[in-house]
Amino acid sequence: MSEAILTPRARPARRTAPRGAALGKIFEGLCFSAATALLVALGGLLVSLLVGGWPAIRKFGFGFLTTATWNPVTDVYGAAGPIVGALTTAGVALVIALPIAGGVAFFLTELCPAPLRGPIGTAVELLAGIPSIVYGMWGLFVFAPLFSRFVQAPLMMAAKPGSLLEKLTAGVPNGSGILSASIILAIMILPFMAATLRELLLTVPAAVRESAYGLGATTAEVVMSVTLPYVRTGAIGAVMLGLGRALGETMAVTFIIGNAHGLPSSMFDSGSTIASTIANEFTEASTPMHTAALMALGLVLFVITFIVLGLARLMLRASAVKS
Amino acid sequence: MSAPAIRLARRRAADIVFKAFCLVVTIVALAALTAILWSLLSQGLGGLDLDVFTRSTPAPGSKGGLANAIAGSVMMCALAMVLALFVGVLAGTWLAEYAGRSAYGAVVRFLNDMLLSAPSILVGLFVYEILVAPFHGFSGFAGAVALALLAVPVIVRTTEDVLSLQAATLREAGVALGAPYSFVVRQILWRSARSGLLTGALLAFARISGETAPLLFTALNNQFFSLNLTHPTASLPVVIFNFALSAYDDWRRLAWAGALLIAATVLAVTIVARIVAREPKRS
Repeated sequence: MSEAILTPRARPARRTAPRGAALGKIFEGLCFSAATALLVALGGLLVSLLVGGWPAIRKFGFGFLTTATWNPVTDVYGAAGPIVGALTTAGVALVIALPIAGGVAFFLTELCPAPLRGPIGTAVELLAGIPSIVYGMWGLFVFAPLFSRFVQAPLMMAAKPGSLLEKLTAGVPNGSGILSASIILAIMILPFMAATLRELLLTVPAAVRESAYGLGATTAEVVMSVTLPYVRTGAIGAVMLGLGRALGETMAVTFIIGNAHGLPSSMFDSGSTIASTIANEFTEASTPMHTAALMALGLVLFVITFIVLGLARLMLRASAVKS
Repeated sequence: MSAPAIRLARRRAADIVFKAFCLVVTIVALAALTAILWSLLSQGLGGLDLDVFTRSTPAPGSKGGLANAIAGSVMMCALAMVLALFVGVLAGTWLAEYAGRSAYGAVVRFLNDMLLSAPSILVGLFVYEILVAPFHGFSGFAGAVALALLAVPVIVRTTEDVLSLQAATLREAGVALGAPYSFVVRQILWRSARSGLLTGALLAFARISGETAPLLFTALNNQFFSLNLTHPTASLPVVIFNFALSAYDDWRRLAWAGALLIAATVLAVTIVARIVAREPKRS
């Protein structure tokens, strides 16, 4: 007995592996495969669009992007109309939503009385989650009649024949069209952008803001020259995320854009976006070439949003690393 | 007035303009969003009766409800969540626990972020190509897979985030007791991150329950009540889309009722998710 205590037993040559260690490798492998499945999904998405759209890409070549004839009857397709429509509506939506989202975010971080800050902030975040089909329905049934009566008709009446305004406001004043779709898109991305900007502004250290106020800066100066520059990269990323959303949005747009092919010629003209064209025509595509053209259109949307979202994520990440 | 005094007055004026602008746009934004919720409530509540839950979508002019669409949505969302939780939690766990700073981990993380905000209609096209076209038929399964693809990135993101927040001492304590790492992950980390994982699942559910675009050409639609996911399956968003664009007043009324149902579900789930997420801080 005592001997056993005094002379240490020879150490086992190898530590026995804990029970279930073999399972560990399997578990890690399973986790790894799940992560790889994500990669496969995104790759598969790209490949399937490429394969599906290939007949159209081969037939129309680069002209697919630059011509505006979209004719299922003669089976000739050019995507310039939907592409221009998507870029225009998303761009205009961003121009409308950005100052408003910024104003809301500044109000919530700098001006709002403390008891209201939480509730309004939460409300904005909750609204960001409302499904886009609700915005689309509201646009069609509530917004469009009002817009037609109080904006389109008066503007068209006021436009002098031959003036620029007349050109811009040409069309049928039925409440739908490019500008209406842009406004609905703007309302849809507004809560999302405001919530993201607010979150970014909250990351500015109190000491930075307070020292600016301590130097006698006004609220406007603190926001414009201290807090906003502090989160600049992240803010641009957040804006581009909003742009990505607007570009790929289907439901909010399809209800109200008018769904006409070809290049829109005025603010009130009917148009289409890439997503709305696919949503409207895909199940009713009459010929294989029609399906292929819609797939190719999807590929164009994929490439555009991938670039926008990629830049957005890189900028948001750069800003996260800094703070 | 002296020059500095003029400059001060100018700065103050700019400040007042700025504050007024912020206040006005906040009021405008809140008013617009309140208007949307208001029309949703006023138009939707009128059409919301017991028939909505017990009868299937009607032919124009006859009585009916949304029972088939509600059942289809519930089934597809449930199946999508099962698929998405399985893949999403494992992938998120890999990113948080095994990927470290590896380049492959960074790539997966980046692509997950891309998938998180990819246009949902493209996911619909993808699933059409792999699950609808080869089998010559729209099906509820295809719809569920499309929804799962939209839910996975949300779950991956939240899983990775909550696991990364768990204390390193927790992992070390588990390993020091002799447990294999996979056991530590499953029995200790997942358990202590439970409320965070649940939050992720709820947020993912809130996201997919209102998605329309990916279902349009995967699950398509079905006029009749059916629990068979191998057939075209009705869903609330698609029925709302079709009915809202129709010319019939009773269809439009049902569309508003359906929109109210979806929006209320999404809001309720999001609120529950926020409450769950807040819980651990209290203890």
